[in-house]
Amino acid sequence: MSSLTRSLISDADLRRGRGRLVYRLVLGTMAVLFLLIFIFPLYWMLTGAMKTPIELAQPSPTLWPTEWHPETYLDAWNRLEIGRYLLNTAGYALGGWLFQLIVDVAAAYALSKLRPVLGNVVLGGMLASLMLPAAALLVPAYLTVAEVPIFGVNLLNTPWALWLPGAANAFNIYVLKRFFDQIPNDLLDSAGIDGAGRLRLLWHIILPLSRPVLAVVSIFAIIGSWKDFLWPLLVLQEAEGQTISVALSRLASTGRVTNNEMFAGLAIASIPMVIIFMVFQRSILNGLSAGAIKG
Amino acid sequence: MTVIAPQNSAAVTRGTGRAGAPEGPRSARTARLRRRIGDNLQAYAFLAAGLLCFALFSWYPLVKGIILSFQQDNFVTDPIWVGLDNYTAVLDDPLFATAWLNTLEFTGLALLFGFAVPFVLALVINEFRHAKGFFRFAVYLPVMLPPIVSVLLWQYFYDPGNGLFNAILTGVGLPGSDWTQSPKMAMISLVLVSTWANMGGATIMYLAGLAGIPGELYEAAELDGATVWQRVRHVTIPQMRFIMLVLLLLQIVATMQVFIEPYQLTGTTNPETITVMVLIYRYAFTINNDFGMAAAMSVLLFIVLGAFSALYLRLTRKAD
Repeated sequence: MSSLTRSLISDADLRRGRGRLVYRLVLGTMAVLFLLIFIFPLYWMLTGAMKTPIELAQPSPTLWPTEWHPETYLDAWNRLEIGRYLLNTAGYALGGWLFQLIVDVAAAYALSKLRPVLGNVVLGGMLASLMLPAAALLVPAYLTVAEVPIFGVNLLNTPWALWLPGAANAFNIYVLKRFFDQIPNDLLDSAGIDGAGRLRLLWHIILPLSRPVLAVVSIFAIIGSWKDFLWPLLVLQEAEGQTISVALSRLASTGRVTNNEMFAGLAIASIPMVIIFMVFQRSILNGLSAGAIKG
Repeated sequence: MTVIAPQNSAAVTRGTGRAGAPEGPRSARTARLRRRIGDNLQAYAFLAAGLLCFALFSWYPLVKGIILSFQQDNFVTDPIWVGLDNYTAVLDDPLFATAWLNTLEFTGLALLFGFAVPFVLALVINEFRHAKGFFRFAVYLPVMLPPIVSVLLWQYFYDPGNGLFNAILTGVGLPGSDWTQSPKMAMISLVLVSTWANMGGATIMYLAGLAGIPGELYEAAELDGATVWQRVRHVTIPQMRFIMLVLLLLQIVATMQVFIEPYQLTGTTNPETITVMVLIYRYAFTINNDFGMAAAMSVLLFIVLGAFSALYLRLTRKAD
């Protein structure tokens, strides 16, 4: 590809007198703007939780709490039961991740390496579901979960209502299959001659080679279920089983929650995602970038 | 697993049909056949869970949704076929036009901000020789937050009484606004929070695209005396055309399904911000559980969005 690593404006132009000044000015302005627009709201949330409700109700907001009340976080955790909802959400996310991984890896492996009769028809049917906007399927999917055909069970208000529909993830299968396709068949054949079964091939050869793609799929699975709102809102109606997003929305509408406790709730709901972002920033942003280039 | 059955029986009849063949090759052939059947059975064993999940929660609801849009079903007695009644009821609803126009307004405004701003941001960030990591981190941070957190946080900012935005506006001598509570600003308020929460994804993807543009192209353009603007116009934009188109389609599909912003900020009954998704939600879950009308509206939404989705898939799969 390119031997020259340069962008729109050459390094030389940015180093010269006027270019250098403009560059510094733009860089500084953008840094301040980004801090204000993207980071400051989070600061507002974290510190807002520690202000008193009276301070929050003042017509002129304070940048810095006049009195610090970090115990609001504990109050929100106990009184609003944020702890319980956080645990619910974590359970749904981990279970959903596990199901997605098991079901989608197995399907992608079968479609990529075992290539059964009509495999392409199955793949086409799965990919066609990518064309279905989630919104258009909402009502029939809800009714399906309320009474699953053949099995006749009602999954509403159970974790299965999130886990099973979530496992049918065509995007995961597509990404995984494409990755598995690149693993040479010779590698499997030589191991297969030694009498390794299909499952062992998957476990001992394919999966260790697929760590990068598994990591990306896993991270996005967790983020996706943590951010989900409309589906959990519909299928988890009993308060004690709700996700933190749905619970916060419900609590906000009751009007019985003080502003500082609400800020604490919002912060607690965000912190796990912010930590995940800090730890896996590279995988997340690069995974996104790879998707952009390959489409 | 039903797919296996006909293949299985075919194999058996073929096996008996060649009974007269010499012993050696015949047993070799049946052994080969048996292995193929075994391989297929194994493959479908790996596929089974995925097939079941797709069949139950993707393919079946699609069919059910279409059928339901032609039925009246109270889930106690058997459903009644009502022909196009649900569709005419939906079309006769005075909120039908309102919801579609609001959705189009939201999508249009969201594209205005959400399509152009990330491109310009990515263009600028890509020129930075310092702190690129910070900019990438900051712009994507809101995307990581649960959407309800962004929306509720902005609800505090929008508060006409003691919200941050009016405090800033009055602080610099500008008049405040009623934001979500004002008919004129309600939709813009929804678009602003949605753009804040979502534009990180597009920015990161544009940055990836920009990094892939060969440096020779800029070098050659510069040698030809092209100004910075001309280089953007004749090198960057043509090179980015594909990814821009893909993101445009993705954004249209995503923003037309807008729900959480109007649901939380302005409520499901506000005619200024009622969207198609909010109306579907109302039909099915708040008014009188009219799943037939909700299904009819969903089918209409599906037809509109399906066209964009199909175009998107065609573009991206052709690029492989």
